[in-house]
Amino acid sequence: MERSRPQPPAWVLLVFWFAIAALFLPLIVLIISSLLETSGGDTRFTFRWYEEAISDPVLLPALGRSLVVAFFSAAFATALGTLGALALYRWKTRGYQILALMAALSLALPELVLALSLLSWFALIGLPLSLSTVVIGHITLSLPFSSLVIAARMKALSPRLDDAGRDLGASEWQVFSKINLPLLKPALMTSFLLCFLLSFDDFLVAFFTTGAGSDTLPVTLYSLMKSGLTPKLHALASLTLIGSSVLCWLLLRSRLKDEAASNEFVNE
Amino acid sequence: MRGSRTLEWLARIPLIWYLAFLLGPLCLVAVTSVLTRGPYGGVVWSGSLENYIRAFDPLYLKIFWQSIWLSLATSVLCAFIGFPVAWAAATAPPKRRAMILFLVSIPFLSNLVIRIYALKVLTGFDGPLSYLLTAFGIPFDPFTLSQNQTLVFYGMATTYLPFMVFPLFNALERFDYRLVYAAEDLGATSTQIITKVLLPNLKRPLLTGILLVFIPALGEFVIPDLLGGARTMLAGNLITDQFLKSRDWPFGSALAVLLIIFICLFQLVIYFADRKRGENT
Repeated sequence: MERSRPQPPAWVLLVFWFAIAALFLPLIVLIISSLLETSGGDTRFTFRWYEEAISDPVLLPALGRSLVVAFFSAAFATALGTLGALALYRWKTRGYQILALMAALSLALPELVLALSLLSWFALIGLPLSLSTVVIGHITLSLPFSSLVIAARMKALSPRLDDAGRDLGASEWQVFSKINLPLLKPALMTSFLLCFLLSFDDFLVAFFTTGAGSDTLPVTLYSLMKSGLTPKLHALASLTLIGSSVLCWLLLRSRLKDEAASNEFVNE
Repeated sequence: MRGSRTLEWLARIPLIWYLAFLLGPLCLVAVTSVLTRGPYGGVVWSGSLENYIRAFDPLYLKIFWQSIWLSLATSVLCAFIGFPVAWAAATAPPKRRAMILFLVSIPFLSNLVIRIYALKVLTGFDGPLSYLLTAFGIPFDPFTLSQNQTLVFYGMATTYLPFMVFPLFNALERFDYRLVYAAEDLGATSTQIITKVLLPNLKRPLLTGILLVFIPALGEFVIPDLLGGARTMLAGNLITDQFLKSRDWPFGSALAVLLIIFICLFQLVIYFADRKRGENT
């Protein structure tokens, strides 16, 4: 059991609640106004904007593209992140220090620089901009996060489990697929959710690397927003926000589970 | 590693990925920055340092200076708000801590464009804010209400707050609160507890937080673009325009390289500040 902790002074709690309010006030206003319809001076509750938003020929495909990009980049980033974490902490493959350096570099880089360098790169190698280039960008963007999440779990696993497997005659491949992977499952889930969110919410990389007619939702919203706000956009924005928050909540729960699971096989 | 060639080969994929889609592109930007812009917006293979000389024009220096100032101000603002938030979160009952972290991470994990959109709804024409101001008879200009410098700060601070809160929370979560009880027993006021007990132990996470806020803030372009109106030109907008509007990739690349150099310098300053502290204690 943990000891009780001294309460901070009242003004600290005040600043805290003020900050939470500042974070959420615009979001709450957004959701409320997406549910209201004003006609002839009187305002009433409606789901009309939501119906219009999900039957919109521009917005719905954009949302679909965002989900597809998020799914693929999260899947690839998690797979690559697993290999990266294994290379870094288990196998110590040649060049693993360079791998650590690359991950640090990508975390320390402003997203803008990553986005524009990818744009130049795709132009040089002659890869036409499309949804695939966005996926490539998002994989690079989320790969260090995925490695970090999986490596944290891997460090908690005892290498003696691997040794035990080898003693019993497992091949390296069996050690990987029958021992490492199952134990890493909670971390893989956390990594997938995190990468999914990172991709789904990304604007900059998508803005730079998307091709004509394949804008993701944030890019579409950005350009539509410049010409004005409409209740339909309110509804779509609210919908996306709620979706993100649910994913965020799942991510947090999966992380807590991951932490709890890590305690089962800790290095003594 | 023993055995399996397949695994050895598999383990190289992440490295190959980084070389192909991170290091390669970055090197390309460095190369492009010393090339010349072609007549139709393409890139001509003739080297010159012209782009860098042009970047030191007072006009661009001013833009860079404004970005640095905005990022620093955002870092400081986040530190002042982030410290109480992290403190309140770390001293909350364990079950509520997860909830608080969830609330604070929503801005990090929810869409930036959507949050800006929400701010626009709040401050826009017929928005609740203009309604309230009208109701109280406070005069205001509807155009500057939805696009001004205060809003830019508001957007920046709410976006980057989590980067400050997480390192501080981590430190305060593991903090030995017996020290605070001891200070209280010895008659310390709450100001003294902050300045003499908490802050001296929080220098490293504070520096980390400042770095984590400063770097992305320096490249920010969406927030000033959408909330600041046409008058705020920052490094992020300037660089983006070179790539997507005026199609002067060599100049844009040179500006990006300068941005990276500046970030490295800033990291060095933080690193040495941190090391000096280590020597003193």
